[in-house]
Amino acid sequence: MKRRYLGFQITAHVVMLLVTISVILPFLLLMMSSLTDENVLLSKGYSFLPEKFSLAAYEYIFMSGDKIFRAYGMTILVTVVGTAVGLALTALFAYPLAVKDLPFKKAITFFVFFTMLFNGGLVPSYILWSSYLGVKDTIWGQILPNMLVSAMNILLVRTYFSSSIPDTLYEAAQIDGASQLRVFRSIVLPLGKPILVTIGTFTGLNYWNNWTNGLYFISKRTDLYTIQNLLNKMVTDLQFLSTNSNMSGSFAEELAKVPSTGVQMAIAFVAVLPILILFPFLQKYYAKGIALGAVKG
Amino acid sequence: MTTAKQEVGRRRSGGLEKFKKWLPLYLMMLPGAAYLIINNYIPMLGIIIAFKKVDFSVGILKSEWIGLKNFEFLFATEDAWVITRNTLVYNIIFIILNTVLGILFAIFICDIVSKRMKKVYQSAILFPFLMSMVIVGYIVYAFLSMQSGIVNKTILPALGMDPIFWYNDPKYWPFILIFVNTWKGVGYGCLIYISAVNGIDPSYFEAAELDGAGKLKQIWHITLPSILPSVITLTLLNIGRIFYSDFGLFYQVPRNSGMLYSTTNVIDTYVYRGLMTQNNIGMSSAAGVYQSLVGFALVLLTNWITRKVSKENALF
Repeated sequence: MKRRYLGFQITAHVVMLLVTISVILPFLLLMMSSLTDENVLLSKGYSFLPEKFSLAAYEYIFMSGDKIFRAYGMTILVTVVGTAVGLALTALFAYPLAVKDLPFKKAITFFVFFTMLFNGGLVPSYILWSSYLGVKDTIWGQILPNMLVSAMNILLVRTYFSSSIPDTLYEAAQIDGASQLRVFRSIVLPLGKPILVTIGTFTGLNYWNNWTNGLYFISKRTDLYTIQNLLNKMVTDLQFLSTNSNMSGSFAEELAKVPSTGVQMAIAFVAVLPILILFPFLQKYYAKGIALGAVKG
Repeated sequence: MTTAKQEVGRRRSGGLEKFKKWLPLYLMMLPGAAYLIINNYIPMLGIIIAFKKVDFSVGILKSEWIGLKNFEFLFATEDAWVITRNTLVYNIIFIILNTVLGILFAIFICDIVSKRMKKVYQSAILFPFLMSMVIVGYIVYAFLSMQSGIVNKTILPALGMDPIFWYNDPKYWPFILIFVNTWKGVGYGCLIYISAVNGIDPSYFEAAELDGAGKLKQIWHITLPSILPSVITLTLLNIGRIFYSDFGLFYQVPRNSGMLYSTTNVIDTYVYRGLMTQNNIGMSSAAGVYQSLVGFALVLLTNWITRKVSKENALF
């Protein structure tokens, strides 16, 4: 690079450093808040450099955090099952659409595509899943509605398959008498691995971060909460207590049941931790997926 | 006669063979198709709920038709105006900011010489995009909590100012929400623009350098025109979604605080609250259908415009 662009380089570095700091500081605050002594937290508030550190919040999570462990396990379970099933359905749907000469291909593609243009919205979807399909307060409520298969993912995988799988594969397998499932498993899936990993990363992170399914479909069975639902519930409880504080005499007692602010921040930090650890991996596939036009959030 | 019959028979067995040939592929698509029908198509038919007085004791299909009553009620309220305004104005600001900043950061990142710093900046810009809005809500709370937030407890006292009751006063929220949305979302567009900038033929820049064009001139005459197609596509895609909002941003970040609704309520949060907390299915479904129909019209419109501008970038 030429020297005469030094000014530009400096500007770019200064701006991007500011952006980077603005990303790091909030996470630092979240982490520090979870490590602050509860009394200091109450008197001085959250800060980047607390007067007194304490691991009490994390001790609390480990010692009496049954609920928290359960929710963490639920998040992992929902993420793994949702991603695996979702990927399988997506790949199975996408492969035939990439096969040359499949009759009704255009119509079927439109059937997929149209779901991206128009949707019925929350009310019919909620009523269908909860009143007619009975997913309310079951683990299926966390996994099935809205999240499992998306049209965009099907179309992305289809495009990848049709450019990387030879046109003659299907015909050849037919003549060989190979079963279609075998062809799919031993040829199509290995060929499509790069796109499937990319889509899988998106789907997995969507499940990990999802809190709306729990909000809509889990009301009584709080044992089915994911970690995001638990965090959301603590906000709702505090909100409820602070607006109804003068109504109930046992306010202090109720408030004591909600984990302290330090513990809440610790749970939030623990929920982000896997993303932090897996970040290099996630980043690689996210950058790829976004460039392909994969689904936003 | 016989030959005709044979012909028919042959054709039929040909059809059967053809059917047999493709059957495995159709079977593969079956589970996914069933999911799309249940998850997407049946709820589309469910927009009839908005034209009914829903009575769960007789079921939705047998509930009484009431025409446009739900819509009349909805548009008679001030809420209808507030949620439409909020949804549109926020989205317009989001689109402008994310585009301008996304392009700016992409140009900066692409031009930075140090490979390591490039990677650091690219990571920083993507990281918030991977967070859930619940977590973002907690982080914002650590800053703005009225009793213990860092702003009220440390920053404002240091400036000699009184604490502010952030979660009670709607006037601050447009700024907070716009900031949070940019902070979280700018990375998405930025990554798209980065790949667009990286795709520019370097010989253009070399030629411009030989001609003595400075950095800003190069950006103006080479970089920006080259990435324009990406910018147009992404912007049109976002305009198609202008009637939809990020539910999490408007629900989690203000902590669902009732005092803030005038500046935080959007169509998505209105539909949710109508359905789940106020049990007002009529109003809620009317707002949902309003969103679906206008949203659909906007997608068709933006796609039509895209086709006019550059056909290869159109969705269909």
